[in-house]
Amino acid sequence: MLEETRIVLRNVDEIDPVSIEDYRARGGYEALKKALSMTRDEALSEIDKSALRGRGGAGFPIGKKLSVTKAVDADQKYIICNADEGEPGTNKDRVVLSGDPNSVFEGMAIAAYIAGAAKGFVYLRFEYPYIFPILEQALENARKAGCLGGNIFGSGFDFDISVVSGGGAYVCGEETALIASIEGKRGEPQFKPPYPGVKGLFGKPTVVNNVETLANLPQIIQNGGEWFANIGVPNCTGTKVFTLCGNVARPGVAEYPMGTNLKDIFEAHGGVKDGKDLQGFMLGGQSGNLINPDQMDLPMDIDTCRARDAILGTGTIMVMDDYCEILDIVENIMSFFIHESCGKCTPCREGNIRMHEIIHNINAGDGKLEDLDTLEELAEVMQITSLCALGQNSSYPVITSLHNFRDDYLKAIERGQRA
Amino acid sequence: MRTNLEANWAVTPETEQKIVDTAGRYQTEPWQLMHILLDIQKIANNSFPREVAVIVSRETGLSEASLYSFISYYAMFSPSERGRYVVRMCESAPCHVRGSKAVMEAISKTLALQPGETSGDGRFTLEYCQCLGLCVNSPAVMVNEAVYKDLTPGRAATLMEDYMRGDYDA
Amino acid sequence: MISLTIDGLPVQVEEGASVLDAARKLNINIPTLCYHPDQDVKANCRICVVENEGQRTLLPACASPAAEGMAIHTNSPRVRKSRRHILELLLARHAQDCLHCKRSGTCELQQVSEDLHFVKTPRYPYRPRSAEMNDESSMSIVRNASKCIACGRCEYVCNEIQTVHAISKVNRGFDVNFVPAYDRPLGESVCINCGQCVQVCPTGALTIQDSCDQFWDALETDKLIVAQVAPSVRINLAEALGEEPGTVSTGRLVTAMKRMGFHLVFDTDFTADLTIMEEGTELLGRVKNGGVLPMVTSCSPGWIKFCETYYPDLLPNLSSCKSPQGMFGALIKNYYPAKIGKRPEDICSVSIMPCTAKKFEARRPELSTDEAPDVDFVITVQELARMIRSAGIDFKSLAETPFDNPFGLGSGAGEIFGATGGVMEAALRTVYELVTGETLKDINFEAVRGFEGIKEAAIQVGDLPVRVAVAHGLGNARKLMDAVRSGKADYHFIEVMACPGGCIGGGGNSIKNWKLMESRLEAVYGEDERLPIRKSHENPAVNSLYEEFLGEPGGHKSHELLHTVYTDRSYLLR
Repeated sequence: MLEETRIVLRNVDEIDPVSIEDYRARGGYEALKKALSMTRDEALSEIDKSALRGRGGAGFPIGKKLSVTKAVDADQKYIICNADEGEPGTNKDRVVLSGDPNSVFEGMAIAAYIAGAAKGFVYLRFEYPYIFPILEQALENARKAGCLGGNIFGSGFDFDISVVSGGGAYVCGEETALIASIEGKRGEPQFKPPYPGVKGLFGKPTVVNNVETLANLPQIIQNGGEWFANIGVPNCTGTKVFTLCGNVARPGVAEYPMGTNLKDIFEAHGGVKDGKDLQGFMLGGQSGNLINPDQMDLPMDIDTCRARDAILGTGTIMVMDDYCEILDIVENIMSFFIHESCGKCTPCREGNIRMHEIIHNINAGDGKLEDLDTLEELAEVMQITSLCALGQNSSYPVITSLHNFRDDYLKAIERGQRA
Repeated sequence: MRTNLEANWAVTPETEQKIVDTAGRYQTEPWQLMHILLDIQKIANNSFPREVAVIVSRETGLSEASLYSFISYYAMFSPSERGRYVVRMCESAPCHVRGSKAVMEAISKTLALQPGETSGDGRFTLEYCQCLGLCVNSPAVMVNEAVYKDLTPGRAATLMEDYMRGDYDA
Repeated sequence: MISLTIDGLPVQVEEGASVLDAARKLNINIPTLCYHPDQDVKANCRICVVENEGQRTLLPACASPAAEGMAIHTNSPRVRKSRRHILELLLARHAQDCLHCKRSGTCELQQVSEDLHFVKTPRYPYRPRSAEMNDESSMSIVRNASKCIACGRCEYVCNEIQTVHAISKVNRGFDVNFVPAYDRPLGESVCINCGQCVQVCPTGALTIQDSCDQFWDALETDKLIVAQVAPSVRINLAEALGEEPGTVSTGRLVTAMKRMGFHLVFDTDFTADLTIMEEGTELLGRVKNGGVLPMVTSCSPGWIKFCETYYPDLLPNLSSCKSPQGMFGALIKNYYPAKIGKRPEDICSVSIMPCTAKKFEARRPELSTDEAPDVDFVITVQELARMIRSAGIDFKSLAETPFDNPFGLGSGAGEIFGATGGVMEAALRTVYELVTGETLKDINFEAVRGFEGIKEAAIQVGDLPVRVAVAHGLGNARKLMDAVRSGKADYHFIEVMACPGGCIGGGGNSIKNWKLMESRLEAVYGEDERLPIRKSHENPAVNSLYEEFLGEPGGHKSHELLHTVYTDRSYLLR
């Protein structure tokens, strides 16, 4: 039976999340202490050795991100923890933040030390209001213990964190949109360059990282980059926290080494709920893909997924039983993107609604075979011309379902034509 | 869409003072604008009407146009009046595949409201919302800031009845 | 320098240049919509996408910095397919009434559609941006959301350049719209009618409130139709009719108007000179008597509404002089009828302006006589150009006709009212000579000319070092007024023009950018040089009006007819 490997989740459910004593009793803030005793370059080199890649979906190496910001000369720099976990089918960050906030704070402090920042923000999505008091209390306790704030551990290093709120906008998970949102603007993505690492929040160099990414940093510093690099697969090191949801027998959040096979994870969670038949999975969130059971033998890491036209994304594994109507689900997903497109660029603003329109028509029995060609063409245009990842990825569930569940589309069109 | 409310919410000197005090935080912590406006929306009975925007504009120096631009962007704000309890039903895929539609129907029937409507007594607003991040406990619903997980149509109806009886504070 | 290739052609550009700049250097046309040369790059329409070899996603040419070794393709199958599909998505939301749209022929969307040879019906059903009809509530501007392509240029100019904050981007996704706060009608908003949004809108979503029919209707009455023509109209009209920017057409425009049926065509340069006499006198009075300083000009109606809304506490700083249009209207309805033996109601008073805000100004109750407006309606340059075309007149071939008397003579000082700094320069010419009794050696005050946002100068006038400042564009005016408000602006006299560049950049002109503005500016000062009289106080027609009718500048009669009061409009913010 598949066992979890807990790095990010090591303290979750084991400690009182707001207690600094509990956290320190399990080695908390020792990594920060250790980092502060190293030079910034030495600390960065451990991160580089770990080869940790961002866990928010894009998979960018965090060592590279930190070194870009570290190299910029500026009077002020910022570290932002992206806790705008809006990807449907993902709630791992909620579990980490509400169960072990200090691991994230400590990761932020380490990143800040390396990059040269003195101020951090946790951008917490609106939908998690109950986490605010936990974070505020944990921060207060950490400050009192001298783990955050001015002159941390007598090192002369200052770092403090403010928690800021989202307002119900999925696209704010995109880093430039998130930055705009903290600046008090509409959370619309901005064209890059300039990259936030050079010119970010309030025009200052800013490192934005996902909750899960940051929670890995203390363990990397503590145990060394090499230790971390030995977990998972080459090029995709460490673990991934997966969210298992939908029609799965034992839903939940679980942490496995990168590269763990989807089939094994699925089985470890009891297979399909109520003994029904498996119809397929939604992987990587709603901007991920829909695959059928034949594709289930899949090592879950960034590159293998990509190579097989799948997406690891945020680690969503949503199980669909054979009672699910694929077209219903795709229509539901596209209505999500209509709602969440910021409306800035044409292909995303106008494309998602047209895609929804076509799928709705097919589903309602008004479809034509040519519609499938239009979907393919529109999807490609959205993927290659949209401003940000939302518009570039929102058509994946349509296209993957069109490829992996083509019969569902053909049957719906045929049904309509017969009626 | 919206039913006529019996008691229209209006700015009183007392609420105005609360809004002014809250908006004042913007001067020292501009990055908290979202928090501040959300807090103000709570003071203003879960909505952000023009009367409120005008006060906030005066206190923060942000133009009414930019405030409206901001609040009309984020899903959690409503420029029009809402009920004391805003019931948000998650409609994203993980809830969808576990029967959110049937749960929504039960809630809708119990509250006698269609999604997007506010009850005549100004107590309830029913809305669909996007992912609440409770995917491992779907279907889920949020009432103001409280969340309810693993719902069935029956449990959802009972929950709404509890609210209607006044078992929970707003 | 950076070297790259575009469609196989090598090109070198400066560091910081965009792929679009590089393509233009090679005369390769890349279609654009949200891009505007005078604004920050937005990169949101995506019509300018190009392919960079080896990259999966396409790049927006407007926003992408040219980089060493790039191999760009502007016409690859992927680019063609993408641009046409993006256009198709836009067209499926755009009102399909090009035939009777005001922007037909000058619409950028139409142009892109033609350039991309898009000649089919979009395969997506038509879904307009907004079900609402035209917002006709403003006297100056018509907003039609169904033609909006969400490029964001109007929002940029209204908020970033003008800082008026009348419209902003609201909602998100498919429902994005550009409207006043809380979806109120434009006419009830803080909009100051400057029309700069009309100037940047690529389509017919924002257009000028059209008054042409009022003229054609007036032709069917027995009224004497009398027009005044603002200084910058002669600078901009030929351009609006397709001639080179900066082509001055004073005589031809009078000919054309006469052909169309105007009975008398007067020159607003005349009341510009009159304004200088009144405003100069007012300034000297304030300096001498310890009045409110700095005094601020009041010619620009967009600026006046802005001041009334955002700086009501500074209304005492505004000169009490009516604008040249306002003064003209007052003379037409109060002085002229008796002179020609007619009643005021027998006269139809029309003004030809570069300005959309003049339409609003003309409806101010302060600018009326016995409850009838002194100016019956205002026609902008854009409208006049259209009227000339619709009257079948070949503007280019017209002979010249002089303005009619007694209001047909204006000085170079009156003419330069059309450019930022012009009112200031005109005032300085007169104030200097009247105070010192000396003749200026050099009447060109270069320090107040040109397009710098805020200009400052100190001029020794007798014993008094007169400190002046000039702002154009309301964002610059706001900076200056904030300084005045906080007591940090130690000026005697400030000129403010609402529109960037002054009236030659007014919202009622044909569509502009800063490059075109250079030609217009040159034409203004060229006219000044050309005119025989270049100082307002040397305008004999003005002097005889004082002798015959008004008495002295700042006298009783002047105050009654040529000066006005302002209204606190800060209620618009409440």
